Amino acid sequence: MHEYSITESMLSMALEKANEANASKITRINLIVGELSGVVSECVQFYFDFISKDTIASGASLSFETTPTKLRCRNCDAVFSPVNSDWSCPDCREVGTEIVSGRECYMESIEVE
Amino acid sequence: MSVKIITVGEDILTANEEKARANQNRLDKHGILTINIMSSPGAGKTSLLLGTISRMKDKCRIAVIEGDVASSVDAEKINEQGVAVVQINTAGGCHLDANMVESALNNLSLENTDLLFIENVGNLICPNAFLLGEHKRVMISSMPEGDDKPLKYPAMFADTDVVLLNKIDLKPHLDFNVDGFKKSVIGLNPDVIIFSISCKTGEGLEAWLSWLESAIKDRKDR
Repeated sequence: MHEYSITESMLSMALEKANEANASKITRINLIVGELSGVVSECVQFYFDFISKDTIASGASLSFETTPTKLRCRNCDAVFSPVNSDWSCPDCREVGTEIVSGRECYMESIEVE
Repeated sequence: MSVKIITVGEDILTANEEKARANQNRLDKHGILTINIMSSPGAGKTSLLLGTISRMKDKCRIAVIEGDVASSVDAEKINEQGVAVVQINTAGGCHLDANMVESALNNLSLENTDLLFIENVGNLICPNAFLLGEHKRVMISSMPEGDDKPLKYPAMFADTDVVLLNKIDLKPHLDFNVDGFKKSVIGLNPDVIIFSISCKTGEGLEAWLSWLESAIKDRKDR
């Protein structure tokens, strides 16, 4: 359900940027979504099709680039992607990590006419 | 017509974050310590509030923003304690956002408040992604949920200042590995403070209350 508010924010951001550029149509929105952000792209697409009707973003395609979770071990500094929710370090087996990436949810660019 | 690419490079939740900062500035003007309480449904958010309010209400002026998917059951229980409460019904929404909290603040007498609790919607997936203007985040994890919750919902545990392990009175009936749980939480969040409590028996609440009192004092002294 939180995809709805994310989609609303995303649409209003895209419309604002398109307006600043005096564009008449948004054809594509490029998004970067981290694995840990909890954002389900299918849901965003579903809400987007619905709420973008009657705007210049209607019919725009959404492109999602998923960034994997990357963790840094606080003990040995190894950077790794966890497998099966096992967040312990594959090198030294210590538990204790810092999230390096995977939480992002941002708009990279929009394509307009 | 030619296609033009506009680089944006902005977080989708920027608008929420700006509003959250504005909320926080407003709360800071009144020296109010604001705490965002998050947990799964049924972990004990309302019980914690009731237990905390009954022990603290003579020491400071408390207000509560009560987030709920529907109903005002929790707000009514809080109201019986004689503290100011504003209910936000999210109408199915799974988290509170800064905009909802802004409206709720308009309905509270901020000049008469020292401590504001915001009870978020019961959910371990996304409330942590939405800043509200809080100074501290407190997460409740209750023993019957199991000791593996930090591994299943790491972002929630990584983003909190305090974890309250609730319902410890049920320990004899459960296979809950307390050391394993704490190790997982600290692994995600080395600065976190963990208190083991039972809202039912009151066990462990003293340590939580003294943390709260010193946090209120820190806020007032700023």
